[in-house]
Amino acid sequence: MSRYVVRRLLIAVPVIFGISLVLFTILALAPGDPFEELATNPNVPPEVRMNLRTQFGLDDPLPVRYVRWLGSMLHGDWGFSFVSRINVATLILQRLPTSLFVLGSAQVLGLLIALPIGTYSALRPYSTFDQIATTLAFIGFSLPTFFTGLVFILVFSLTLDWLPFIYRADIPATGWRWWWENARQAAMPVAVLGLFQGATLTRFVRSAVLDVIRLDFVNTARAKGLSERVTIVKHVIRNALIPVVTLVALQIPAIFTGAVITEQIFRVPGIGSLLISSILANDTPVIMAITFVFSCLVVIFNLVADLLYGWLDPRISYR
Amino acid sequence: MSVTAVPRASVLAPAAARPSLWREAMRRFRRHRLAMLGAVILLGMVTAVVAGPFVYRVPIDAIDFKAKLKGPSRAHPLGTDDLGQDLLARMLYGGRISLAVGVAAMLISITLGTSMGAIAGQLGGAVDHTLMRVTDLFLSLPQLPLLLLIVYLFRDALKKALGPEAGIFVMIVAVIAGLRWMPVARLVRAQFLSLREKEFVEAARSLGAPTVRQIVRHILPNALGPVIVAASLDVAAAIIAESSLSFLGLGFPPDIPTWGRILFDAKDNLDFAPHWALFPGTAIFLTVLSINYIGDGLRDALDPRKVLGHK
Repeated sequence: MSRYVVRRLLIAVPVIFGISLVLFTILALAPGDPFEELATNPNVPPEVRMNLRTQFGLDDPLPVRYVRWLGSMLHGDWGFSFVSRINVATLILQRLPTSLFVLGSAQVLGLLIALPIGTYSALRPYSTFDQIATTLAFIGFSLPTFFTGLVFILVFSLTLDWLPFIYRADIPATGWRWWWENARQAAMPVAVLGLFQGATLTRFVRSAVLDVIRLDFVNTARAKGLSERVTIVKHVIRNALIPVVTLVALQIPAIFTGAVITEQIFRVPGIGSLLISSILANDTPVIMAITFVFSCLVVIFNLVADLLYGWLDPRISYR
Repeated sequence: MSVTAVPRASVLAPAAARPSLWREAMRRFRRHRLAMLGAVILLGMVTAVVAGPFVYRVPIDAIDFKAKLKGPSRAHPLGTDDLGQDLLARMLYGGRISLAVGVAAMLISITLGTSMGAIAGQLGGAVDHTLMRVTDLFLSLPQLPLLLLIVYLFRDALKKALGPEAGIFVMIVAVIAGLRWMPVARLVRAQFLSLREKEFVEAARSLGAPTVRQIVRHILPNALGPVIVAASLDVAAAIIAESSLSFLGLGFPPDIPTWGRILFDAKDNLDFAPHWALFPGTAIFLTVLSINYIGDGLRDALDPRKVLGHK
């Protein structure tokens, strides 16, 4: 197992490297010049601009610039935000926990929906329950998150007035009240993302369980007199989870897409909404850093999925 | 060998006597009721946005402050927005762009993915290895953040080069397609790896068919089924991607009211004018749902494991 872990970690390194190369290429290909404003300013002589360019190394060959950029990225030296004038790393670290909290809860909600419903559907394929569940799942993953979000606001905030539709980082309360307010404001963003995830995962779980339940070892388990519950939970679900884990990992970039949109709709102060506001404010250092953070999160979650995979299916780690 | 098990008659029968593969697939597709319903709805949508503006001749930018934020009425079947512009006219016009983005992005991503997969599967070795690593790398890129980054960096340059409408269209289509070709590449590569070794390809090879003919005439047509399914689902994904961008205010400008853009403008007026958001949202949802069901139907219809004529 430990050799497997090391191997997975070693594979993640070139991926991060490749992602950084892609990001840098996009940045280098992009038109525009950070000193463009100075060019139009008549008070700044061209020589001063040229000197600044040399000083910041903008005229160096691309590979040199790439190595320097990657070096400072890895050091955590991400520059300063043009807009809020604070360190980009500090800014992102302030926002990251909120994002991870909403994303994590949504993922848990999605699994809580998908595992029982998908399994139950697969145990009684083509029954009424299965048909209703499959149809709802189909509708669920065809509904774009931005539309569900707006409908939720319309129904639960504006019509019924049950939940607040603006997420606040600073709730003026303590103790139980704080928890309660937090749960109330997180309910809609988490539900929007979680229901979408749940719909997608239900289909995966259903087909994975359907694939496993036909296999001979399930018959063996039943034949040796195990109860139906033990057969399903210990023999069927554990094996069905193996492909599901891979699919969950492959879904992670898609979850971030949903997260950016939900954070924007409900004004959740996470890194997704920070990304949008930075783009609207032309805050390049923050935009680059957030894209890099998102990429690293994808790689980290893929790594976690690989490790889970090894734990669920010991055959893999011994290969 | 299994060759002997094939009934003589079917081998010798003239091609016309057998139902063609495509007709057979069509027959199976028609059995999928929801897919047929999806096809009808989608056809209706396409007809509406293509022919609609010729029939419903209300201008998309006629400002009328007296009629602003009104719900559906006789004069404005889907109501108006905050400038009193007619929503039905805007949705018909914007729908053209939304659907065109979907189809164009799908065509590019399928072409790119099929060529990548075909090259990797056919050449094998180091080329295959490199292309598959590139595919894996692209698969682990976070799509929307990257999409936003590219839009942010290249928006102004392309606007200047191609004009506001065409520039943004080209950029959005290219970026969406550039981030969606990977699953198709993997699919096609897998098909190539297995088809390349099949007897009929071997027969073509031993008869002296050049590589290009082997690929175009023998392998690709047999690999097409899953690609068509992926293509239909890609249209839906591209429509969602464009709507997401426009919804975040980073897609098309306000004078090109794609469905996502209308939602972006509508979202701050939910309490006075819910219809403004509900109509375009429903249009996106119905289109995506229809396309997904069509994809589901195509999957059933084109599955080669379903025996010809059976059921």
